[in-house]
Amino acid sequence: MEERVTYNDDIVKGFVFSGIFWGMAALLVGILISYQLIDPKLNYSPYFTYGRLRPLHTNAALFGWGIGSFMGLFFYMTERLTRSPLWSPGLARLQLYLFNITIALAGISLLAGMNRSKEYAELEWPLAIMIVVVWVIFSVNVLMTIIRRREEQMYISLWYIIATLVGVAILYVVNNLEVPVSFTKSYSAFAGTNDANVQWWYGHNAVAMVLTTPPLAIFYYFLPKSTGTPIYSHRIGIIAFWSLVFMYLWTGAHHLLWTPVPDWVQTLAMAFSIMLIAPSWGAVFNGYLSMNGQWHQMRENYLVKFLIFGISFYGLQTLQGPAQAVRTFSGFIHYTDWVPGHVHNGAMGWVSLVVFAGIYFIIPRIYRTEIHSVRLANLHFWLAFTGQLIYSVSLWTAGVQQGWMLRATNPDGSLSHTFMETVAELYPYWHARAAGGLIYLAGFAIFVWNIVMTVRSSRRQQAAEAA
Amino acid sequence: MLEKRPVILLVMAAAAIMIGTVVTVVLPFRWISAQRPAPSAQAPYNALQLEGRDIYIREGCNNCHTQTVRSVVADVLRYGEPSRAEESAFDRPFLWGSRRTGPDLARIGRKYPDQWHYAHFDNPQEFAPRSNMPSYAFLRLPLDTSLTERKMRTLGFRYTNEEIAALKGKTEMDAMVAYMQKLGIGTGKRKQ
Ligand code: HEM
Ligand code: HEM
Repeated sequence: MEERVTYNDDIVKGFVFSGIFWGMAALLVGILISYQLIDPKLNYSPYFTYGRLRPLHTNAALFGWGIGSFMGLFFYMTERLTRSPLWSPGLARLQLYLFNITIALAGISLLAGMNRSKEYAELEWPLAIMIVVVWVIFSVNVLMTIIRRREEQMYISLWYIIATLVGVAILYVVNNLEVPVSFTKSYSAFAGTNDANVQWWYGHNAVAMVLTTPPLAIFYYFLPKSTGTPIYSHRIGIIAFWSLVFMYLWTGAHHLLWTPVPDWVQTLAMAFSIMLIAPSWGAVFNGYLSMNGQWHQMRENYLVKFLIFGISFYGLQTLQGPAQAVRTFSGFIHYTDWVPGHVHNGAMGWVSLVVFAGIYFIIPRIYRTEIHSVRLANLHFWLAFTGQLIYSVSLWTAGVQQGWMLRATNPDGSLSHTFMETVAELYPYWHARAAGGLIYLAGFAIFVWNIVMTVRSSRRQQAAEAA
Repeated sequence: MLEKRPVILLVMAAAAIMIGTVVTVVLPFRWISAQRPAPSAQAPYNALQLEGRDIYIREGCNNCHTQTVRSVVADVLRYGEPSRAEESAFDRPFLWGSRRTGPDLARIGRKYPDQWHYAHFDNPQEFAPRSNMPSYAFLRLPLDTSLTERKMRTLGFRYTNEEIAALKGKTEMDAMVAYMQKLGIGTGKRKQ
């Protein structure tokens, strides 16, 4: 029965290396905007001002680093889980070129100020169309590979991959509906409160379909692969899958508490956000219980360290998120630095740690060699871990302090602080955040070095064998 | 069962996604649109203000400034009465923002004289030494009006030819200041 399948790994490499490239760009821009917040003289007008660079940072991070790496890892997992080669390597190659061209044009257009202003959907309509084309090509290829699979059962990772494909498609198309005025300018198809409600339905479900289901697919695949023992319960995975996919969509309005969005929509969002703890922690427990008898691997196996700390940050994230969705707490921390603290705990902790693990796992296998240096991989882990904790903890503190100051009142009922007085207090936290970012960047540079050296040593080995 | 049926899984996942979507995004359209102001209010921005708004979008001011006064005490004491749906009923896109690195601007109109805004855009630190807002002195360049009429028509806003003609010679900063002075004024703004 063991027929040999030749997997198409060149395309996996292409996407993973693209992802790493855009990830480096995203971190560098992240550092720059952190310092711009400290010193406004670092704004170089008109192209390199904070207002234009912040969307560049988020797009490079979410779409370049996130989606780019996901595409590579999805191809890798799909081929192995279906025991079939990719349906169409040609389409995949086309997708790789289109993807990189689109991200590059996206960066240029954002610097040029072509910007729809809707968070995570900033790109103007011609680029939005290119993204849809890339996504359709990608989805068809993955789905056809799954349909023509040789392995009858579909492992849970494939479920999350399928949900990601449809989820992103629906969200992206709806929130990008526009009326063009010219090639580089358009107006939203929705207005005012409706536009806000559509945007945050999209925004929060970008969290669901880009920052949750893809990393979960990766986690469920690479944890058992790394530990060598199966996942604790496929059943928990499936129950959590359906409740997660169903409930996430109700929660967008938790970004819009106390605004003109109808109260009942806000209340539903709050209730469903709290219910989301269950499926989220379903995955966390599934991960922890899979470690039964294997906890010693946390010391011995750096891949397990990335994955288990990743899922732990996910656990933290999915308790903090629901808390932020409660009206009273939102009233307090919404609009403050607390929220970027929440975001990066998830983005630098959960999402990136899991992606690092996936890349560390596949590169030596694709190149038929060992990782260049386990010690450097461990060092990377600790730098990423400390960098991200410094980042998040300082911003959570900043958010709480600003929240208190903004609501403090004098005995006569007037406000104790002007807005500007609260800003002046934030600078030390912003310095800490930038330092955390630099530490994280150092870790990322070591990661890149380790991957490059692994690839080079495999080339050298092969050359030696050929000789 | 579903473990073996990818297409059915795909359809069911899409259905699961659509239920919450329909209830919390599609249905509210009726509630929200019921609060739309009378059509006579259909001139929320004049041509200069609209160009200013588009520059606000281009420069990404919404990355630091919100335009929603929430119905929480600290917001109301600081910025004025809570925002209402009709105030942004014609805003495409909405510009409520998600981060207050700078103060809320929903009620900034007429808070300061025009001259203050020009000087502040040139050099924000002159007014608030510890402000981290970048200088926008570079906005003192001629306003591009080639699309203005198209924009007004696309959005269905009323305008006159004189209004468009009067844009000749204006700078981008003029448009920006006009937009600032408009915020919180006009459409449905109640007297305090
Ligand atoms: C049960 C799960 C979660 C819930 C209920 C939740 C809830 C929330 C809430 C209420 C906000 C808005 C905060 C505010 O502006 O006041 C928020 C923001 C955000 N969350 Fe979460 N969160 C969850 C999980 C996650 C995860 C796993 C990530 C992954 C990285 C994440 C990433 C984000 C991002 C990127 C934003 C910022 C959106 C923006 O303002 O631009 N969240 N979340
Ligand atoms: C060196 C590491 C990083 C630094 C220094 C950094 C810095 C920043 C800064 C300064 C902001 C603006 C915060 C504000 O509005 O006050 C931001 C926003 C954001 N960053 Fe990063 N970042 C880093 C890594 C990442 C990574 C790895 C991701 C995703 C994978 C990411 C995703 C985001 C997102 C989604 C936002 C928008 C947050 C919101 O709307 O609240 N960042 N980042």
